Amino acid sequence: MAKECTCNNRFADVSDLGPVDEIVEKYGQEKGALIPLLQETQDAYGYLDEDVMRELAKRAGYQLSQLYGVATFFSQFRLKPIGEYLIRVCHGTACHVAGATQISDEVINQLGIKEGETTPDNRFTLESVMCLGACALAPIMVVGDDTHGKLKPTGIKKILKKYAGDSGSQEEEE
Amino acid sequence: MAENGHKYKLVLGYGTCGIAAGATAVKDALEDAVKGGDYDVDLDFAGCMGYCFKEPVIEIFDSAGGSVIYGDMTAKKVPQLLDEHVAKGQVIEDWVIKDSDDPTAHEGDFLENQHRVVLRNCGKINPESIDEYIEIGGYEAARRALTGMTPEEVIDEVSASGIRGRGGAGFPTGTKWGFARKSPGEDKYLICNADEGDPGAFMDRSVLEGDPHSVLEGMILAGFAIGARQAYIYCRAEYPLALSRLDIAIRECHEKGYLGKNIFGTDWEFDVRVKKGAGAFVCGEETAMMASMEGKRGMPRPRPPFPANSGLWGKPTNINNVETFAAIPWIINNGSAAYSAIGTEKSKGTKVFCLAGKVRRTGLAEVPMGYTLKQVIFDVGGGIAGGREFKAVQMGGPSGGCLPESKLDTQVDYDQITAAGAIIGSGGMIVADNRTCMVDLARYFLSFTQDESCGKCTPCRIGTKRMLEILERICAGEGKPEDIDMLQTLASDIMASSLCALGGTAPNPVLTTLRYFKNEYEDHIFNHKCTAGSCPALITLSIDAETCTGCGACVKVCPTEAITGEKKQPHVIDAEACIRCKMCLSRCPSESIVAE
Repeated sequence: MAKECTCNNRFADVSDLGPVDEIVEKYGQEKGALIPLLQETQDAYGYLDEDVMRELAKRAGYQLSQLYGVATFFSQFRLKPIGEYLIRVCHGTACHVAGATQISDEVINQLGIKEGETTPDNRFTLESVMCLGACALAPIMVVGDDTHGKLKPTGIKKILKKYAGDSGSQEEEE
Repeated sequence: MAENGHKYKLVLGYGTCGIAAGATAVKDALEDAVKGGDYDVDLDFAGCMGYCFKEPVIEIFDSAGGSVIYGDMTAKKVPQLLDEHVAKGQVIEDWVIKDSDDPTAHEGDFLENQHRVVLRNCGKINPESIDEYIEIGGYEAARRALTGMTPEEVIDEVSASGIRGRGGAGFPTGTKWGFARKSPGEDKYLICNADEGDPGAFMDRSVLEGDPHSVLEGMILAGFAIGARQAYIYCRAEYPLALSRLDIAIRECHEKGYLGKNIFGTDWEFDVRVKKGAGAFVCGEETAMMASMEGKRGMPRPRPPFPANSGLWGKPTNINNVETFAAIPWIINNGSAAYSAIGTEKSKGTKVFCLAGKVRRTGLAEVPMGYTLKQVIFDVGGGIAGGREFKAVQMGGPSGGCLPESKLDTQVDYDQITAAGAIIGSGGMIVADNRTCMVDLARYFLSFTQDESCGKCTPCRIGTKRMLEILERICAGEGKPEDIDMLQTLASDIMASSLCALGGTAPNPVLTTLRYFKNEYEDHIFNHKCTAGSCPALITLSIDAETCTGCGACVKVCPTEAITGEKKQPHVIDAEACIRCKMCLSRCPSESIVAE
């Protein structure tokens, strides 16, 4: 698979192992610091690339299976790259009662992707999450770093448009 | 109080809720407006005041100690607020939600009906300033305990207060500390459980964002009491603001000599580090949490041995929740008698609830134990939003239950709530109205626990899956007559045979909805009806010709062109073409779309 950076340089390229060295330097000696190791690696690269994980395991003195076991257990870790904006639709109880399913449905409808997928233009990745703790503003979704609350399915199109940028995408078709 | 010689002090609520509602734009506008020095005001920010339903919120204090709280603030309102309130001293009545001079005003009773112990400083002090915390007496309890009390005396005081663990299980905190104290070994650990995973609970986030020093002070006291020199705060990664404020607070403590070696001038050393969770509900379970802190998959293990004897790295470990720690300094400062004077016979003190769902005032409600559910939901929460009917309150998240109207007089007390079929849990309170389908709500919780099951033991891993399949079938209109009995059998088997509390309590949402709302299950299965108008497979959407104004908004959003009608004339929905996505329902300005 071609490994090219598609994220406007937000993250390090997976061929650059500089961040791995730094992270191992920081946590290598610490007992049980496997989760922070993976967290910072994901922060640096945007996801946990297989080759990067192999290097990480080797340099930090873990078995690859240990890293993989933890990476697949916790929902925070991703094994695939993400688009420029990560959309997280909250499905906590308050959001569910307030109609989160319809919010997700409408995002899926607008972007033409399923949960866990990235749009072909690499603009958006869609995830659903369990409770972001802003229940009073339910239903909510977070796009990048911005939280949008008290959503209505009919308002989703407008919100996504703000992030769609110049390249245009599905939601500008109509 | 107004300070720095200014006539007014203006405090902006700057927690996650506030920021999500637009507090950053308000903050920028405020800073910009006061830059020129035209206003006699000192700007500050604080964590969440609890008025989540009115965010962004600004409180303006005058030099006499009075204050006015304004809600629904926007950047646009800032110039008028400064010109009228700060420059001319005129309160803008239309925006006020609470006025210390007028207790009857507006939403004032939201706070008046609360009793704040844990949230005593939230929304009042700047969480990024240790000096503000010290100014109101912060770290006095820790100093007094470390310099003048023995660890046993601290434990006795906590035991006498009657406080029980606020994480959900309600185990007496003093007793737990006693076990950890007596457990042999030099190295002991203290952990603060801030992995607030229950959907619908956000009190720990609010405390960490609004008053991190109270939690740290509680931890210093606990570490001293049990003899632990190293502590960890296991906090969800989903709470970036709480994490950053904790980092600031810990750094400030080191600078003041409250953490590190020789704290408060004694020979005691104590340090706190933050461990970021990675998103697993089961890690709220203490043995699973410790496994993940050791760098393993977060799976629970059987107890005994209990963490007090063999916890993190096999050492004696004591784990308490954020809310518990935040209450400890108050108990040491005010005495155990003051704390135990609040509450019921077996549940002392106060409990913070997160009001959410269909309640009018969503936000943080801290009430004395012993309040009735009705008092919490109606007196504090202001009743049901949109004038609808109360149907149920869901307490305790995925491990909890749904209580109906007939249980509204139940007192908030560990034993009474459990007897009614729910649990106090971490304190989430999701209010459901007559448009919430209880079968769908049960299905939702089972899909949650099924998803979050760590997979270690079979009853939880497969049993919840089977229960979920049945519930999905019922919601899809394909329920079978024997499904209700099957759910009950599966529920009792899963509860009896699961290793940890996740599986052991997973069937609760189903059992309580079956107990109190069995008619809804029967309606779904036998009558093919969802009376709440919620489950798409069992409803029909139509338009009320009486109220429809013919605005055409629904036509524009309908993805299947199922709605037709002349402009300004009542519209109709073609039931054949309708896919029941309810887009029209959320769009209709006159609420004329009927789902039944």
